Amino acid sequence: MGDYFLMMISAIFANNILLIRFLGLCPYVGVSSNVNGSVGMSGAALFVNVLASAFTWLVYNYLLVPFQLEYLRTVAFILVIASLVQLVEIVLQKTAPALYRALGIYLPLITTNCMIFGTAVLNINQENTFFEAVLFAFATAVGFSLALLILAGLRERFAIGKVPTMLNGFPIALISAGLMGLCFQGFIGLGQ
Amino acid sequence: MMSILNAVLVMALLGVVFSLVLGLAAKVFYVYVDPRIESIADMLPGANCGGCGFASCSSYAEAIINEGVSPTRCVAGGEDVTQNVCSLLGISAEAGSRNVAQIFCRGSRNKALHLFDYAGAEDCIAAHVVTGGDKACKYGCLGLGTCVRKCPFGALSIGNDGLPHVDIDLCTGCGNCVAVCPRGIPRLVATSQNVANLCVSKDAGKTVKQVCQGGCIACAVCTKQCPEKAIRMQEKLAEVDPDKCTGDYVCVEKCPTGSMQKLFTAEEEEGTAVEVASPTAEASQTSEETEQDTV
Repeated sequence: MGDYFLMMISAIFANNILLIRFLGLCPYVGVSSNVNGSVGMSGAALFVNVLASAFTWLVYNYLLVPFQLEYLRTVAFILVIASLVQLVEIVLQKTAPALYRALGIYLPLITTNCMIFGTAVLNINQENTFFEAVLFAFATAVGFSLALLILAGLRERFAIGKVPTMLNGFPIALISAGLMGLCFQGFIGLGQ
Repeated sequence: MMSILNAVLVMALLGVVFSLVLGLAAKVFYVYVDPRIESIADMLPGANCGGCGFASCSSYAEAIINEGVSPTRCVAGGEDVTQNVCSLLGISAEAGSRNVAQIFCRGSRNKALHLFDYAGAEDCIAAHVVTGGDKACKYGCLGLGTCVRKCPFGALSIGNDGLPHVDIDLCTGCGNCVAVCPRGIPRLVATSQNVANLCVSKDAGKTVKQVCQGGCIACAVCTKQCPEKAIRMQEKLAEVDPDKCTGDYVCVEKCPTGSMQKLFTAEEEEGTAVEVASPTAEASQTSEETEQDTV
C-alpha cells in the first residue's frame, strides 16, 4: 500500500511528466492560455491516459511478449492508442453526448500526445503489474493536470498584468514554465 | 525468416482486429447528423465570435437546423452568408441595415479631467472594480483597451486621444466589445443612423461640465432645436430616435459641447465634421486630428 502511495507521489511531483520528464509539452504551452481550456484538456488526458495504459499493457504482455516481438512495441502502441481513442470517441458520441461535448476537440488532440505514449512505455520499462500500470497512468495524468492548471492560472494573470512588451505572450509563459520546472526539481528526493 | 513472418502476422492481426472493431462501432454507435449542419457550418465565417448568441459557428449551425433559430443572426458574415444559408434552407432572406460598434464617450486625454496617473493592471474591468479609473467622470471610457483585445476582427484600436476607435469596415457588429466593457461605452448602432449623443454620463450637467469638455450637459438645446422632435431627454442624456431623425444635423450644430455627433460621415465630410466636433476654443490640435478618424 505504501509503495503505491509513493509511486503516485513520485509520478505527480518528483517525476512530473511535464516538468521533469519533458513529455507531452505541446498542450502545456498550447492550451494553457485560460483555465477553462486546460480543465477540458486535463479531463481528456486523464481519461485517455488510463485507458491507453491499460490496453497497451495488455497488448504488450499478452501479444508481443509471447511472440518475442518486444521490439515492435512503438508501432503496436501507436496503433492501439490511435484506434482506442477513435473508438472511445465514437462510443461517447452515442452514449454520453454531454461528456463528448465537454471533452470536445481535446479528445482527438490528446491521441498524438507524447504523455500517453510515454506513460505506456514507462509502464513496460518499470515492469509494472496491470494494477500498477493503471495507477501510474492515473497519477501521471494528475501531475500533468496540476502543472497545466498552475500555468494556466499564472497566464490568466499575466494577461492583465504589466508585462514588458518584448516578453508579452509566449516568452513570459516559457519563462514561468522554466521557473515552475525548477520548483518541481525541489521535489526530487521526496519520492525517489 | 520465421520471426519476420511472426511480426507481420501479429501486426496485421492487430490492424485487422482494430479496424473491424472500429468499423463495427461506427455502425452500432451511428449518430445521425443532418448533412445540412455541416454545409451551413462551412458557409459561416468560422470566427466563433459569438455575435449570434452561440458559442461557436458550428453550434449556431446546429441550432439553425435542430432548433429552428433564425439564419439571419450571423453578424460577422453579413448579408452574403445570410443569403447563402437562406437559399440552402429554401427560405427568403430579409434585408436590413448593418449594426456596427460606436464609442459612446468623447472624454479624450485633453477633454476629460484626470484625477491621478493610473499605473494598475492594463484592464478596464480591473480598473473599474478597484479604483474606478483615473478619470473624474465615473461613466466615461477607461481607455485601457479591454474592448480592443476582445475584438476578434481587429476593428478597434486605442487612438492618440486615449479612446478606442472603430474601423467600421472591419467591424462586424458581433457585440463582443459591448459585452466586455464594464461601463457600456461601445454600443451597436445601425449604419443608417445619422446622429448620436456620444456620452453615457448620468451626472447632472454641472458635474459633467466640471469633469469633461466633451460630455452631454443635459442642456436640452438639441431637443428644442430638432425640427422633427426626434430627441428626448432621458436620465440627463439626450436620446436620438433614429426613426424620426431625418438627418439635417441641427442638433450637431447647436450642441455646445459637441457630444451630439454625426455618425459614419468621416470620409465624405471631413472638414465640417471636425469643425463641428470641436466648437470650444480649448479643443487642441491633437484632438482635432484624432477626431478625424473617430467620427
